[in-house]
Amino acid sequence: MSNQHKIWLLKLIIHLFSMGLISLTYFNALNDNLGADPVEAVLHFTGIGAINLLLLSLVISPLVRQWKLSWLMQVRRLLGLYAFFYALCHVLSFWAFEIQFNVSLFFEEIIERPYITVGLVSFMLLMALAITSWSKIKRKMGKSWQKLHNWVYLAITLAVIHFYWSVKSDLTEPLIYFIILVVLLSFRKNKFIRK
Amino acid sequence: MKPVKYSKYNESENQVTDEKIYRDRRQVLKSLGFVGASSILAPYAHGIDWFSSNKKTFETSPLKYQAASSIADTLTPEAKVISHNNFYEFGTAKNDPAENAQSFKVDPWTLEISGECEKPITLNYDDLFTTFDLQERIYRFRCVEAWSMVIPWIGFQLSELLKKVQPTSRAKYVAFETLFDPQQMPGQKSRRIGGGIDYPYVEGLRIDEAQNPLTLLSVGLYGKTLPPQNGAPIRLVVPWKYGFKSIKSIVKIKLVEKMPPTTWNILAPNEYGFYANVNPQVDHPRWSQASERRITTGGLLARNRVATLPFNGYGEQVAHLYKSMDLRKFY
Repeated sequence: MSNQHKIWLLKLIIHLFSMGLISLTYFNALNDNLGADPVEAVLHFTGIGAINLLLLSLVISPLVRQWKLSWLMQVRRLLGLYAFFYALCHVLSFWAFEIQFNVSLFFEEIIERPYITVGLVSFMLLMALAITSWSKIKRKMGKSWQKLHNWVYLAITLAVIHFYWSVKSDLTEPLIYFIILVVLLSFRKNKFIRK
Repeated sequence: MKPVKYSKYNESENQVTDEKIYRDRRQVLKSLGFVGASSILAPYAHGIDWFSSNKKTFETSPLKYQAASSIADTLTPEAKVISHNNFYEFGTAKNDPAENAQSFKVDPWTLEISGECEKPITLNYDDLFTTFDLQERIYRFRCVEAWSMVIPWIGFQLSELLKKVQPTSRAKYVAFETLFDPQQMPGQKSRRIGGGIDYPYVEGLRIDEAQNPLTLLSVGLYGKTLPPQNGAPIRLVVPWKYGFKSIKSIVKIKLVEKMPPTTWNILAPNEYGFYANVNPQVDHPRWSQASERRITTGGLLARNRVATLPFNGYGEQVAHLYKSMDLRKFY
């Protein structure tokens, strides 16, 4: 199989997987078939989904370096964009279904609850990265593009903190995410040291 | 025993009665199947479907009780009441208890009432259902996580039990304890499954709170004995306090002189107090308590956010208990 075919196939899998799961989740939630509290289920699914996709996008470049799979780079943007899409659904669902369009409560929660503030900062960073992900913009931005996109490390760290902070008592899961994050960041330690 | 005036204790908001949900068992079972199947989608839903054939569902049995005279509020469907539970002894996800508790043994059971009282007693499984006349109470149930349900409980007033054992003058508080049985409760065996809580789960009330007519020892819901995920065979229901006060699967009730330790207060004292009265003015450090999402029917689009009421709407019956107290300090 040529690399072009591999890229095409992997992208198809990413599309089917990401769109399929989220569509099914919302479909079931709308029909009250997602447990007793579909709002909580949707928020949890989209939040964890965004983190999973973002972590997956951060696996790409270490893989490329280690195994010389340069064609893999071609799917990284798609993973990042889906991570943003899940995060967007997460924020919109929070506003629409949890807060239920109560604007004052929405802002109150964002300002007064540090874990939500942290989550929103992470989301805004992801939004900046998503907007500048177009090839045209990337070319125009030149070297500053990479600089901007290094903020992804902060975005994912804040997202994991947001998860950790939102949990009531069982911290195992967020801690596992922290470990994965540290491992993924350790592959890039040169990047951080050089600064 | 004198018949109780239900109107005083039962739900009385001007909302539409959802009789259909209450009566139509087949519909409930059907939707339960859906819950089981769709929880595959829920993130981290493990081995789901206690509803399916390879795993036995816990068998509840019908109870004899005096029904609540009227249903004034929209009830939370039974399928949701028994599938959305915080019972960390069986896992921390909301659907874990329904999945992991189906083989829980409730008979034989021993509930020991002791401490500062003249006539300590021990109730066995059958005693739980026969010692006192059972009655139905429809209460709002407000979780500290800002969701709520409306549940038709069946049980008897804790005050009746207390009357029977005759508390001494030194009995200032009542301490409760959940069964400790790691063989049956995976959360007690593994800190990971049990959310890092030191078991057994303990709770407590001030004696006057325990004696309030609203405070119920529940042995059933929706006309039948409790399923294990809801705290079979006997649990506390204190409707004006956050749900975590309503301790499940109780084996010990002790009358004591000093304020007893309580599980969530030990775990996070800045977030969960001893009193834990529902109070829209005192936020949880991490979220607002001013409103709640009422879980009834309807999916994602249900407009179910309602204002949270002081003492969960039971202020008339209980506010006097806290007359001179600063409820911000004693949260």
